[in-house]
Amino acid sequence: MSEVVRNVIIIGSGPSGYTAAIYAARANLAPLIFEGAVTAGGALMNTTEVENFPGFPEGIQGPALMNDLRAQAEKFGAEFITDDVTSVDLTGVIKTVVDGDGVTHQAHSVIIATGSGYREIGLPNEKRLSGRGVSWCATCDGFFFKEQNIVVVGGGDTAMEEATFLTRFAKTVTIVHRRDELRASKIMQDRAIANEKISFLWDTEVIDVLGEDKVTGLRVRNVKTGVESDLDATGLFVAIGHDPRSELLAGQIDLDDEGYVQVQHPTTATNQLGVFAAGDVVDHRYRQAITAAGTGCAAALDAERFLADRDHQALSDH
Amino acid sequence: MATKNVTDASFAADVLQSDKPVLVDFWAEWCGPCRMVGPILEEISNEHGDKLTIVKLNVDENPSIAANYGVSSIPTMNVFQGGEVVKQIVGAKPKAKLLEDLADYIA
Repeated sequence: MSEVVRNVIIIGSGPSGYTAAIYAARANLAPLIFEGAVTAGGALMNTTEVENFPGFPEGIQGPALMNDLRAQAEKFGAEFITDDVTSVDLTGVIKTVVDGDGVTHQAHSVIIATGSGYREIGLPNEKRLSGRGVSWCATCDGFFFKEQNIVVVGGGDTAMEEATFLTRFAKTVTIVHRRDELRASKIMQDRAIANEKISFLWDTEVIDVLGEDKVTGLRVRNVKTGVESDLDATGLFVAIGHDPRSELLAGQIDLDDEGYVQVQHPTTATNQLGVFAAGDVVDHRYRQAITAAGTGCAAALDAERFLADRDHQALSDH
Repeated sequence: MATKNVTDASFAADVLQSDKPVLVDFWAEWCGPCRMVGPILEEISNEHGDKLTIVKLNVDENPSIAANYGVSSIPTMNVFQGGEVVKQIVGAKPKAKLLEDLADYIA
């Protein structure tokens, strides 16, 4: 166990965690950030061009943006541990956080910015053929599907972005979506629709992934007619949304039915005194890098105020 | 021992004909999760290099071997023993998880 009781520990390192780190470090709170063993930098590490983060008229690469946010936090004295948090106790006055090496860290306040993880369709063969044609990362794996037929499942911005990116490699990209309209932003929709390599299969869901050693096709069903058919495809990219990464918090922090952390809007305070939450682990509505950064800032300011009030209280008690 | 790079050309000698088990990390510069797992494999190599050789194969520069082994997602980590793939790990994982997966080869 580390003997030091920190002012603030930040769990998570996307735009939210790093922005909280910048603000907490500038407030001289010497924050400790758990970046994640293999998820440091968060979801943007697996994207390419980010076009909508304010301040970058020419766009910026997701990983470059995250490296810059991290460097900015480091400049002001934030400390980083590139490891996962495996358990927490957030119920006491002193909060404890255990890392992947089994070391316990203590703090007066904790900011949760663990973000979200991609959702799986939930088919047995999806898991079995994962890494053999089934993928969740177009930027990682698109390269392996040169001149092949690919299916992207989903109707949001991520699905449009992945489909558009994959046309660099693929012969064709088919977007399979279970509704007859897209959830994606207009600009991303327009870009996908205008792309000659991309076609759409509406009102359709994937019900099985076909292939022995690798993906050879997909079985799909029209949700309106119930008619099933097979699609030729060697790649399946799943982009059907995300789930909050809040497993660590169950039983300690109030979560909603879908597992998102509940906060006392407009603050970032959770039901536990001294515990704040920000970014995609809270937000199922906006889910943008800039909104995550915004709430990360708010969480740091909330933690700063909490610590100041507590110190003030301690002084006036004596 | 530090990890070493292998290529399509050196693969047979460095991997298939090795006396020791060899973990091949299929990776590329543009793959975020690969960059995460890289330093972890470096650590494992330093700690367990006497039992398990860890090498890196850049799929961008060496597409043939990756294609031969049906790699379609990176990072993919294949353990070779006696010229055969005896273990496959797909996707970046924390060190503790990788050590668990590799227990048979580093114990």
